[in-house]
Amino acid sequence: MSITELTLYQQAILLLAGLIALTSFLMLGQSRLVRLVLVFALQGVLLAATTSMVAYVLEFPHLYISAGLTLLLKGILIPIMLYRLIYRMGLHREMDTLENPARVMMGGASLVVFSYYVSLPVVAHSPLVTLNAIAVSLAVVLLGMLLMITRRQAVAHVVGFMSIENGLFFAAVVSTYGMPMVVELGVAADVLVATVVFGVFFFQIRASIDSLNVDRLSKLSEVEK
Amino acid sequence: MAWLLAILQTLLFVGAAPLLAGWIKWIKCRLQNRKAPSLLQPYRELRKLYRKQPIMPYPASWIFRATPYIVFASTVLAAAFVPLVAVNLPTARIADVIVLVGFFALGRTFQVLAGMDIGTAFGGMGSSREMTISSLAEPAMLMAVFTLAMSAHTTNLSQAMNYVLDTGLVLRPSFVFAMGGLMLVAVAETGRIPVDNPATHLELTMIHEAMILEYSGRWLALIEWASQIKLMLYGVLIANIFFPWGIAQDFSLEALGFGAVVIGLKLSLLAMMLALSEALFAKMRIFRVQEYLSFAYLLSVLGMLSHIILEAARVHH
Repeated sequence: MSITELTLYQQAILLLAGLIALTSFLMLGQSRLVRLVLVFALQGVLLAATTSMVAYVLEFPHLYISAGLTLLLKGILIPIMLYRLIYRMGLHREMDTLENPARVMMGGASLVVFSYYVSLPVVAHSPLVTLNAIAVSLAVVLLGMLLMITRRQAVAHVVGFMSIENGLFFAAVVSTYGMPMVVELGVAADVLVATVVFGVFFFQIRASIDSLNVDRLSKLSEVEK
Repeated sequence: MAWLLAILQTLLFVGAAPLLAGWIKWIKCRLQNRKAPSLLQPYRELRKLYRKQPIMPYPASWIFRATPYIVFASTVLAAAFVPLVAVNLPTARIADVIVLVGFFALGRTFQVLAGMDIGTAFGGMGSSREMTISSLAEPAMLMAVFTLAMSAHTTNLSQAMNYVLDTGLVLRPSFVFAMGGLMLVAVAETGRIPVDNPATHLELTMIHEAMILEYSGRWLALIEWASQIKLMLYGVLIANIFFPWGIAQDFSLEALGFGAVVIGLKLSLLAMMLALSEALFAKMRIFRVQEYLSFAYLLSVLGMLSHIILEAARVHH
């Protein structure tokens, strides 16, 4: 089935999937933390839009609840919490530049190719329309990991972690039309709790090494002094 | 008849290019709260330059003299291939989009050589920068073109437009990415803000203007005209590949007239977007251009990947 045979709504799902992958790349390239959180919020909003589109096309009303939950948590609440954390830590002017952005980007592109290759057998055995997007969801997970590897700021690590969760949620939506409601609510609560715990950890890390740059964690404090 | 139309279309292309440049300048002036010059000002400037005698710098060779003609001729030939008001014209059948990129490269090569030919510091600096930028922009442009070619199964522009017209409205993720990549490349290749500033030649950061600093008179007129045509070429490429609706598919008078009006509207809309982005963004440092173009390349690659991942036909077992 090629894209010309799908309905317009199904095409819109695929288009949104592509845009979600793009936001992952944008996060990879952002050097300012505030903008990173903004792109993360955008990814949450796109994810909510995709979920509600799937709910509409396939007539699964319970997915509307997941979409609303995603919009509320990942589109609004968590970004606002991270944003306020960044301001309270005084990190909003700090740059976390990549040493070689082009190389990281190309690494990200090859991760997309890899996830396509891995998900090829899964896709071949199913008639589901939205399953084409499963490679994208896997790519979002891997790109979130890449984001955590390449950054030094702890806040960026948290954003990478959250975007991994976005990828998993997206995979659940496009492959099995969402997880059971109980599981989804549990995960949503977990993510919210995780944000709070991370916030506490930020203050802990800053109190002990006076910075949120995790490169400093590998140095011995006695030698430094 | 068809050949006559093709020649007329090329003439329209070449003739309308300064008007588009004037329109962009007009919007930009209005956006910056300045009094705008007349839309016909680029024509007047070209006429004024054409009447003046060109001056040959002392150490320049034949390359310097031949370059304006080569640049202009290659740009006009490129304009002949790109469907403006109608598809299925005989000129569009001769060459595909790879030839188009080749013509751009030919013109650029001679412009760069002419910049170094005169032996001034500015010329060499501009040439080196132009080559740096184009070597990064060209892969992004070709990748975007290949994305289109994979959907349409052809690299011929006219056939590709026919394909898009025949399939009707399809939301293709790959086209969205390819269009983004092509727009970024167009801005870089035509020397607009944020890559280069077309309005000044008194800056150390200039690129295009640095290469043509020694040109005067009608040679300068030809080069300026060629760069205006090139800007319009990119505009027409973006407008007609991704939104070909309205272009004439037969050669009746109504269809052609409608096609001309529609492409005029599309181009003026694109020009508004360009002018708005030029008013909003500042020129970036030359060393940031590499990041900007690698983003354009990334968009094109994502277009290609999303074509393969999301759009391609699947085989069921």
